[in-house]
Order: sequence, then structure tokens, then C-alpha cells
Amino acid sequence: MIDIKKEIQKDRRAFIKNVLSGTIAGSLLMVIPAGAALDERLPEELPGMRGDDSPFTKNKFAFIVDVTACIGCGSCCVADKNEYNVPDGNYRTWVERYIIDDHDEVFVDSPNGGLDGYTKPRADIPNPVRDTFFVPKLCNMCEKPSCVQVCPVGATYRTDDGFILIDKSRCVGCGYCIQACPYSVRFLNPISRTAEKCTWCYHRVRKGLLPACVSVCPVHARKFGDLNDKTSEVYKLLREPHVISVLKPEMGNQPALHYLGLRREVV
Amino acid sequence: MSVAAHGETLAAVSNFVFPNDFHVHWSLMIVLYPYITGLVAGAFIVSSLYHVFHIKALKPVARFSLLFALAFLICATWPLLNHLGHPERALSMMLTPNPTSAMAGFGYIYSAYFIVLLLEIVFIFRPTVVALKQKATGGMKALYGILSIGSDNVSEKALKVDHKIISFLAAIGIPMACVLHGYVGFIFGGIKANPLWATPLMPLIFLLSACVSGIAGIILTYILLMKLSGKEIDVECVQTLVKFLWGFFILDFVFEMLELFSHFYMATHHWHTLETLYSGPLFNTFWVAQVGIFSVIPFILLMFMSLIRFKDSLLLFFAPIVSLMILIQVLLMRWNVVVGGQLMSKSERGSTTFHPMWLEKEGILPAIIIMVAPVVILWLIGKVLPFWLDDEVAEAA
Repeated sequence: MIDIKKEIQKDRRAFIKNVLSGTIAGSLLMVIPAGAALDERLPEELPGMRGDDSPFTKNKFAFIVDVTACIGCGSCCVADKNEYNVPDGNYRTWVERYIIDDHDEVFVDSPNGGLDGYTKPRADIPNPVRDTFFVPKLCNMCEKPSCVQVCPVGATYRTDDGFILIDKSRCVGCGYCIQACPYSVRFLNPISRTAEKCTWCYHRVRKGLLPACVSVCPVHARKFGDLNDKTSEVYKLLREPHVISVLKPEMGNQPALHYLGLRREVV
Repeated sequence: MSVAAHGETLAAVSNFVFPNDFHVHWSLMIVLYPYITGLVAGAFIVSSLYHVFHIKALKPVARFSLLFALAFLICATWPLLNHLGHPERALSMMLTPNPTSAMAGFGYIYSAYFIVLLLEIVFIFRPTVVALKQKATGGMKALYGILSIGSDNVSEKALKVDHKIISFLAAIGIPMACVLHGYVGFIFGGIKANPLWATPLMPLIFLLSACVSGIAGIILTYILLMKLSGKEIDVECVQTLVKFLWGFFILDFVFEMLELFSHFYMATHHWHTLETLYSGPLFNTFWVAQVGIFSVIPFILLMFMSLIRFKDSLLLFFAPIVSLMILIQVLLMRWNVVVGGQLMSKSERGSTTFHPMWLEKEGILPAIIIMVAPVVILWLIGKVLPFWLDDEVAEAA
């Protein structure tokens, strides 16, 4: 009798042990996905990027923002903030609202970088509004980047495929690049105390995925692709007779960020 | 309804600042950095006026100005290190420099200048040090031993060699002092994205203001130290310094105004931004303080002091006042350039504000500590090396 009871208790112990280990193993499996990584289970959005292990790809990337399409919803800003955990008050990308009244006066604002979306009209415009539009801003990925030129330690550098990136482990946090950038896309991260800016989601691009802001844009106002790929949308847009311009061309930085239908009021 | 001309349309009424432009990244520390290096370069020029250009009247302050330069040079990197997000990586600028970066050159220029200044001090003070070593005991004797670089030879022949070395060091020191501070001006002048900074005149203005602040610093400390120790002030020396101060200040002030006038006259689209800056956030610190009070008044005072032979007591009354005003003028100029340049947003449509705090990392208190430190260091140097020649004569007797 006592032996049977012992046996049952043994079983019970083993049962509880099995349940516990099963629960732990199961939850671990839910946290660590087995097999293919998450990004590889998603369809490849940039053809030919997967399987290219070279330090720099042979591609020539370009970004096009369609000013005529942007509705100022702020989805891109939200996606960006989530992707990079951007500290409040700093912006890797933002959306500006332009309002022109019938006296040709220009009113520009970008409360919280457009992160909350433009849900309410501006109440302080004295005259009837003639025109209004939104302009998303992000890193211009210049061919001749001022930030790379001035960085004293080479922490900011340009890759062969056209990305301007920052090596956080080398940045001294002097802020010279922030002063040199004509587009004010850089800031000093208060936590890492190093310079930070938009990377066109280099980590996603290298895995064949579009930048986060591009993939969430509901109206396809943000376009990204390879100019060496003649079937890409960016290639076609830059080749066809569209109204395309860059920001502050007089700076001579030659941005790879282009604007479709950019207005002369935009700085 | 007519559509306005391009330029007019750009002139927006709303104060729009790019979201990343609200924060002023280069604050008090970067205001102090060119101020301190300017004092160093200026004080060195005073010494060189005697050692190279043989302005005999400056003999009383020729040695002191080198020690003054050294004290400030020791502290020149402090504001920079305090400013850096990662000061522990500061040496990367020298070990793995980016050749296209103006900032990467600082370590080399600073070190080279430090070596030249130190060597010049060692050779100028060698006879003094040898004499002091004989009287000193213990630690001080060892220190004087190091400072005499192992040579007690003060024969006429040896001093002649010393003199040649001193002339050579002082001579190469002048272009180096100019490079040190002209270069600091270039750090700002080379930033094309900032219309207030991007001017080829920036290195020149920085250099001239450096000379001005150095001379003013020497006049002020010389008179103060002499009054404190009850020694007799060499009026001829002060008179000569005042004349040099006026000469350099004419150039400095004229170029500062010419730079602004050129912007105004050319009236490119940058002028619109600068105009709103000078008439808005910088109105008080630039027009009222820097130009109105601390440039025009010293300018007129210096003119009278240089052209009319003042009574000695009157000269010695006005000289420190005018020097202090000039020192404030240069500090204001650094503020208006460094901070002022960042108040304008690169949106060309608005400006931000900046008010330094007392206790933050780059606040007013750390700034005061960094400005007091060179004075303390100078006092410590004075314990080892005598500032004035007559001290030496007295001690020898």
C-alpha cells in the first residue's frame, strides 16, 4: 500500500516536472522562432538583396517622396519611432505641413514632427487658404555628404551603395556633423550620447525589405529602390519627364533623396 | 490675385524651426574654447612683439605673457572634453583622424603649439631656473633640475645659443599661434550649412579678436598683479600695450562690421535669415552689448589713450577698464557667433532660443570653473617661475 502511494507520488512529481519543463520550453519556442528568421519568412521586396553577403552591394539606391500624394497621417513617423526607439523630441524623419494663403504668405509647422498626424486644421491662418500640402523629411543620403566630411574620427561614413551610416562605437559625440548637415536630420541621442539619424533602414534593406516608413505609407508617397534595376519604380520616375527636385541644391551635396512635385516654398 | 516673386514667397511669416533644431548643441563650452585659445594666441603675440620684433617697451611683460599663455593653453582642452559625448574616445581624433575634418587637426596643432610654447619657456627661464636651483632644496630642487633640462651652464656662450633658440622658437611660434586661432575660426567658417558662420573672413576675425583679447588680458593682469603686490607699474609698457591693443582692435572691429555689411549689401537669400537673427534674438547681445557698449566705447577710449598723452594715473585708471571691456567684447563675439549661429534654424524660417543653466554639465558653473582654473594654474606657475624680472634681481641680491 505504502509502495503504491510512493509510486503515485513519484509519478505526480514526474508529471509536474514534465508540465513545468514543457511550459518553459514551449514559451521559449514562442519567443525564439525556430527555422527561418522572421524577415526571411516575409516576401523579398527588393529583388536580389537576399544572398548578397558582400560588404557593399553593387546597387545604387534612391528614395523618392511624392509631395502630391502625402496626406500627413504620420504613419511613417510612428513606424520610424517604433523601429528605432527614437527618444522624444528627436526625429529621424518628420512631416511638415505647408499652408499658403491667398496673400501668398507661407505658414509651416510640424508639431511633434507630425508624429500625431495632422488631424485638425490650423486655426491661426488670417486669410483664405490658397493651397496646402505635406512634405516628409528624412536623411538626404548625399553623394557629397557634409557630415562625413567634418566627422573628426570617421564615425560617419558613406557606403559604396550610397548609405551614410554612423558607427556608434566610434562616435565621440562632438556634434560637428549636426552643425554641418544642411537638412538638420541629425541629433545627439541623449542615451547613447552619439550622433543619430535616418539610415533608410539599412538593416531592412540588406535583408530585402523596404524601409519601415515606405512599407507603412498608406498612399505610397514614399518610394525606395535601386536605380541600377531598370524595372524599379524609382528608376522609371527619375527617367521619365516628371517634376523632380532635391532640397537645397545650392549646397552642392547632391542628395539621393528626390522629391516628386516639390514646391518652391519648401526649404 | 498675383503670385509673388520667388524670393518673396519664401519670406514666410510663421516661425518654423526644423524639429531637430530646437536644441543648441554647441553651448557655453564651445563659446569658451575659442575664447581660451584666443587668449593664448594673443598673449603669445605680446611676447613675440618683444622677442622677435624687439619692441623694447614690452620687456616687463614679455616673460609673463608666455606663462599666461601656458596657463590658458593647459585648460584649452577642458571645455572640449567636457562637451564631448564620449570624452574617453577623444584621442581617436589623433590616432585615427579623418583627414577631411577640420576638427581632426586640433589635436596636432594644439600639441605642436604646446611643445613650442613649453620649449620657449624652458629656454627663456633657464638662467633663472639655474639660479633658483642652487638655493632650492628637496622637491623644488628636483623640479628646477628638470626645468633646467640638465644644463647648469650659464656662460655667455651658452646664453648666446639659448638666445638663438629662443628667437627661432618665438619666430615659428607666431605662425603657429596664427594657425592655432585662424584654424579655430575655420572650424566655424567651413560650415556651409550655417550662413552666419560660412564666410572666409571667419578665420581672420577670430585671429584678430584673439590678438585683441590676449593683449587686453595681459594689460589687465599686469596692472592688477602689480597693484596687488605693490610694485611699480612700467607706464611705458602699458602705453605701448594700449597702442597695440588699439591697432589690433581697429582691424578686428572693422572686419567684424565689414563682414556684416558685405552680407547686407550682397543681400542673398541668406541675408533674410541673418537680418531676422540680428534684429531679433541677437539684438541685445550683438547690437547693444557687443557693438554698442563693448566696441564703440573702448574704441573711442583707446583712440584717445593712444593719440593723447594721458597723465600716468589717468592711463593706469583707464587701461584696466578698457581691457576688461575688450575682454567682454571678445567673449560676447564668441557667444554671438557660436550660439547665435545655432539660433537660426536651417529651415530659414525661424529661430530657437537658448538660456544657459547654472548646474547642467555644460552650464554656467562649469564655465566659471574652467575660466578660473587658468588663473589658479598661473598662480601655481608663479610659485615656481618668477613672473617679473625685478623679482629675479631682488632674489639674486
